[in-house]
Amino acid sequence: MIATKLNINKKTHTVEVDPSTPLLWVLREHLDLVGTKYGCGVASCGACTVLLDETAVRSCSLPISAIGDKAITTIEGLSENGDHPLQQAWEEHDVPQCGYCQAGQIMNAAALLKSKPNPTDEDIDTAMTGNLCRCGTYLRIKAAIKTAASY
Amino acid sequence: MNILAPFQKKSKDVSSQVFKASRRDFIKIGGMLTGGLVLGINFFSCNEKGKKISTLAPNVYLRITSDGEVVIIAHRSEMGQGIRTSLPLIVADELGANWSKVRIIQAEGDEKTYGSQNTDGSFSVRMFYKPMREAGAIAKLLLIQAAAQKWDVPITECDTENSQVIHKTSNKSIGFGELVETAKNSPIPALKDIKLKDRTQFNMIGHQTPIIDLHDIVSGKAIFGIDAVVENMKIAVIKRCPTLGGKVKSFDDKKTLSIPGVIKVIPIKGGDIPPTIEKPLSGVAVIAENTWAAIKGRDALEVEWDLGPNAQYDSTKQLEELTQEVQKSGTLRRNRGDFNKAKAGAKQLIEHTYIAPYLAHATVEPPNALAVIKNGSCEIWAPTQHPQGARDAVASALGINAEKVKVNVTLLGGGFGRKSKPDFIVEAAILAKESGLPIKVQWTREDDLHHDFFHALSVQRIVATIDQDNKLSGWNHHIAYPSISATFDAAVLQAADGELGQGATDFPYNVPSIKVETHDAKAHLRIGWLRSVRNIPQVFAIGTMLDEIAEARKMDPIAQALELLGDDRSITFNEEMVNGTYTNYGENISDYPWETARMKNVIQRVAKEAGWGKKLSSGSALGFAAHRSFLTYVACIVEVSVDSNKKISIHNVHYAVDCGTAVNIDRVKSQFEGGAQFSASLALKSEITVKNGRVVQNNYDGYQIIRMPESPKQIHVHIIDSEAKPTGVGEPPVPPFTPALCNAIYAATGKRIYKLPIDLTS
Repeated sequence: MIATKLNINKKTHTVEVDPSTPLLWVLREHLDLVGTKYGCGVASCGACTVLLDETAVRSCSLPISAIGDKAITTIEGLSENGDHPLQQAWEEHDVPQCGYCQAGQIMNAAALLKSKPNPTDEDIDTAMTGNLCRCGTYLRIKAAIKTAASY
Repeated sequence: MNILAPFQKKSKDVSSQVFKASRRDFIKIGGMLTGGLVLGINFFSCNEKGKKISTLAPNVYLRITSDGEVVIIAHRSEMGQGIRTSLPLIVADELGANWSKVRIIQAEGDEKTYGSQNTDGSFSVRMFYKPMREAGAIAKLLLIQAAAQKWDVPITECDTENSQVIHKTSNKSIGFGELVETAKNSPIPALKDIKLKDRTQFNMIGHQTPIIDLHDIVSGKAIFGIDAVVENMKIAVIKRCPTLGGKVKSFDDKKTLSIPGVIKVIPIKGGDIPPTIEKPLSGVAVIAENTWAAIKGRDALEVEWDLGPNAQYDSTKQLEELTQEVQKSGTLRRNRGDFNKAKAGAKQLIEHTYIAPYLAHATVEPPNALAVIKNGSCEIWAPTQHPQGARDAVASALGINAEKVKVNVTLLGGGFGRKSKPDFIVEAAILAKESGLPIKVQWTREDDLHHDFFHALSVQRIVATIDQDNKLSGWNHHIAYPSISATFDAAVLQAADGELGQGATDFPYNVPSIKVETHDAKAHLRIGWLRSVRNIPQVFAIGTMLDEIAEARKMDPIAQALELLGDDRSITFNEEMVNGTYTNYGENISDYPWETARMKNVIQRVAKEAGWGKKLSSGSALGFAAHRSFLTYVACIVEVSVDSNKKISIHNVHYAVDCGTAVNIDRVKSQFEGGAQFSASLALKSEITVKNGRVVQNNYDGYQIIRMPESPKQIHVHIIDSEAKPTGVGEPPVPPFTPALCNAIYAATGKRIYKLPIDLTS
């Protein structure tokens, strides 16, 4: 089996797995980073969203062979103590219901704020389209993103 | 065995009694999944330093240790409704505990100990509000007695706050922990001797408390079923027969077994009709070291199916057949007055047929379950709404006593009724037995959409008569959909009383003649219950028809609703039921009557809050509907606009809700916010269709749920201040939203909606 080096949350990991394996399953099953969730496997729901450098990507559809030396950030690496502005804003608005999609929502929002530190409602709608929430927490997600932008 | 004990810790508090027994290096060689997060729990006998502690355990829901720690057992399943917070806070409020230091532990499935754990039907708070208050109050009395004895003061002069007993006149206080030793040796007080708080004394009930799992969720640490891991666990992904009642004829696993990481292939017996909720479907399981190998192994599997009796089934054709069927006379289920007479004397007759599709639950966490069998016992970790049901089903499938099965409940990544069925848990148990390995069964999204217990498609016809005096004189509701009962008994062809009692037979309005009739509709898929169940189609039809009747009568829809509800009264329905009963969501109608005054109150409140009748900009309009479900009264007004491309924008949603005592205000609001979004999905987006017995939609691209840009922009929840017994809030937001939306669309465009999901382009 080929060894693949991955730069995840500022640490280098070497995994010996089938290089066609999507990053999602490597994070969850080989590196114990289970905050990133499986929802659809076809980049349609956003539950598996992580950052690749500063871009949000769907880890369920990204084979590890395609990553190279790009920096991967997962929800576990977004902040030291779960106190990234988005995480604080999420708590302030008591956003989650079941919580399953929320790591993906937060990671997607993190990419948005990197490219647009003060997003409009429309910017948020456009950026967050790919992240489903079956519980329907969209309004609080939107409010929390605005709050995080205002910190 | 090292086992992950899901979230036996409180948010932000890696508690003193939870320790990480070992945390293995998780970097594996060759794709092996051989370890995982391991938590152990040292339960109540020692503190973290190993010092012996004693415990006051006055009832099954509460422990107070001599270290002063208050531990509350959450015995119902958390799926986003906030119940792991809302029930414990009731105990804590009555007890006078310091909430920031309370530790919540999730109970395993054990209904003999905890009472019903079937988290379904919006009844957790309704059923356990009083027992939780009593649990807190009993402990409070024991602690107060101990303190009063110590201080030699009357118990009436003592109270509790912040996990202390206080003596107000002398300003003395003592922590709960110091009283445990004395209190635990006192007899448990009788319920008649305890005094529950007056509502003015509540510190938490009726206020807002953030969910206890909040920090864990936003930092990615919350443990769902999919995250549960045990040592040496293998993953199973199953290829199931695409048609209901079909079976595996033969299979070739040569290619599958050549995929690295695949361990073995095991066929699963099943495919019975009726399917029940406990039995697996017929299929072939691929057991692998990891999920990706299992998925690839399944893709490579070649299976020949005996497709069984539903191989030709087509849902579009069934809708056409049911549309014909409801034109006939059906089985009379409720009868008042003489509808034929009303029809004969009518000035105007309004008649429409309403069609709604199959729906899937599509929880973002698909079904999954972990089973370990060791020494004749089975231990399960699963995101289940009904751990006791799962326990019994696993015991039955394995042929062992239920006492030998332990079901641990993880957080649920959505439930909505899907995860009350134990079929996926039984699959894991069967495979663990057959393989001799710890097995996690993982459903893919495709599995979930193809093999759900579906919300049934439906066709309804309503005939309404308006008499010479412009009164609504007659109401005839014809109903055809495959019954949930058919999942258990294939001979059932018509709706059950419990299904009809979700809007149809409990039609509350003062109409002189009412006839509800049901028609045959055969089940061709596994039929289940989805958030608010049959209220969805029935209230879609009723709520839009009432709007159309108001227009025909040249009346305001809200004025009409108030008129038709009539004088303040309690309605019982039973005397008009034909060979059946009104089930009232499992409660006695005398305990929870259908009260017109409460419904009129929420209607008037929502009209006021939404500014009903106000002038809106061109293209925008309001729509109204109201409904009581799960004993909660809800009125809803939706504001929409429709642009020249027929794009629907939902600007505002107003709800007024009377759920009796509201326990955690913020979670009541969040359930209504989410309920509106859930209803918006089914109104605008979601549809399951079936061709050749197979579900057509494969993933979220085909089975759509609402996304942020098209979701309602503002949702306002107005809660009636009430001292009445609490009733459910998980499901009641869903039913009235859809007809209110349809009525708003009509007001904006002049187009009536008779079919879901809404399509303005056709």
